[in-house]
Amino acid sequence: MRLKREYSYILQNKLRLNKTAKHLFLLPGLSGVAFFVLIPFGDVILRSFRTALSGRFVGLQNYQSVYGNAAFRLAAVNTVRFVSVCIPLLLLISLVLALMINGTSKWGKYKNLYLLPMSVPTATMVLVWKMIFSRQGFLNRMIGAHVDFMGENSAFFILVGTYLWRNLGYTLILWIAGLNAIPGDIPDAAKVDGAGRIQRFLWVILPNLKGSMYTITVLSLLNSFKVFREVYLISGSYPQEKIYLLPHVFNNWYTNLDLDKMAAGAVLSALILGSISLLLQRHWNKEDS
Amino acid sequence: MMRQVNRYIIGKKCMRILQLFIIVGLGIFICMPVLILFFGSLADEIEWIDRMKPMIRNGLDYIKWKWIPDYPTLTHYKELFFYAPQFMTLFWNSIKIAACILSGQLLIGIPSAWAFAAYNFKGKSLLFSVYVILMLLPFQVTMLSKYLLLNSLNLLNTHAAVILPAVFSTFPVFIIYRGFRGIPKELYEVARIDGAGEWLIFVRIGLPLAQGSIMSAFILGFLECWNMIEEPLAFLKNMSLWPLSLYLPEIGVTQAGRACAASILTLVVSLFLFAIFRDSLEKGIVSSALKG
Repeated sequence: MRLKREYSYILQNKLRLNKTAKHLFLLPGLSGVAFFVLIPFGDVILRSFRTALSGRFVGLQNYQSVYGNAAFRLAAVNTVRFVSVCIPLLLLISLVLALMINGTSKWGKYKNLYLLPMSVPTATMVLVWKMIFSRQGFLNRMIGAHVDFMGENSAFFILVGTYLWRNLGYTLILWIAGLNAIPGDIPDAAKVDGAGRIQRFLWVILPNLKGSMYTITVLSLLNSFKVFREVYLISGSYPQEKIYLLPHVFNNWYTNLDLDKMAAGAVLSALILGSISLLLQRHWNKEDS
Repeated sequence: MMRQVNRYIIGKKCMRILQLFIIVGLGIFICMPVLILFFGSLADEIEWIDRMKPMIRNGLDYIKWKWIPDYPTLTHYKELFFYAPQFMTLFWNSIKIAACILSGQLLIGIPSAWAFAAYNFKGKSLLFSVYVILMLLPFQVTMLSKYLLLNSLNLLNTHAAVILPAVFSTFPVFIIYRGFRGIPKELYEVARIDGAGEWLIFVRIGLPLAQGSIMSAFILGFLECWNMIEEPLAFLKNMSLWPLSLYLPEIGVTQAGRACAASILTLVVSLFLFAIFRDSLEKGIVSSALKG
């Protein structure tokens, strides 16, 4: 009894220390984030309601001009299309591969092959992609034509392919990790109960992967914005119109010093991304909050 | 009956072989561009010009490709090392930028992740959501705000302009947080009862057990720095300050051999890190995929 009281006394004492400790752990990072990101972004939010030159308050005028901007609309549609094609594809292909690899324990080493593209510098890809997809490239030689694949609508699929190529390995490892985390007896029990392969996958394995799915989707989304680098290096500021993405718009506004539109566009994008990320958190990551 | 079982087993075996075929085949297919770069780096300039001629002429014939060059040579590597001062300058710039960013990220990110994982405080979930959103924002969205801040601090066109904002990236916090969450809470409780201070718990329990996810934050952060394109392009005017990732686009098609060699050298650094940290990296990715 006395021992218990002593313990709870110690614990309480510790908890009090706890309070200062957690602030000490968090503060350096938080103040940096506030100084370098949050406060400057707040400044941009304020600016988005004013003109850049005179600082006059113009209400929603900047937002209207962004919304009415043809380039912005094209890029927004393209970006949404790109993300909604490439993320489900990536998740699906890598999950199928993960299930295959996970079936046999000695196949694990092959997944290292898939990690190699991650370390290839973006700039280098330009050369290889030119060799493959240009008018005189390998792909044209195979089909005996002279199509400029980067200048046609096929550019979109090349981009999706590039994204899959780079991110397959990492996503694969994340899925394998998620699969390994499912206690082996759960699918086994379902098997004994007479569930077939597909039933086991749909009703036993998939629900257990929900947690990993959150992380994987967030990281895939994060990486999907990085394809801009590839597009930019391959085709510059004005690529084929199917792969004209939101970063291009921002980049061009930046070079033209179109600060009004940039501010409003940044706030809009942040709002949209913020709501997507909150939705993901709400649906798949409930227990975390 | 026996025959049926046999057929079942044979069918299963065929499936397995087919699967292995897909896994290995796709894996090799995915590595092709790297192989192209590697073998390309061994061919000399004359051979490269001969290969790429059709592309430069923009005619009707196709560019040629040979895996093993007619006259294999290491001249491109020698040139990059000894006769291309620009390459070496940018290489050291990259190393410097990566070292500063990564040490900063770990120094700042690990304690932040620990605070989120080990303690409860008011507004924690809201703040963490903000961190996740900040992590997701593409560079272009925060470019203007960063530009204005760096401009007012007089940091534009210095390495600090690229380093400082990256140090406070919330990405490592997200990755390391998952690792810390994987540690059973009871461990801290026991340590607290035994009289361990918060710092001791962090250093003795938190850090060793989350080692893997710290490693994976490190590697992913490294790849990010090593591939940095937008930030230096926007904030560094002076070419002598550029990182290596911006050197590569400067080499044209006519210097393809040198470009291949330069990219192989760039790639080797990442592979080297991969090789050293592979085991802990895998463990880290594992813990980051698990629910806390």
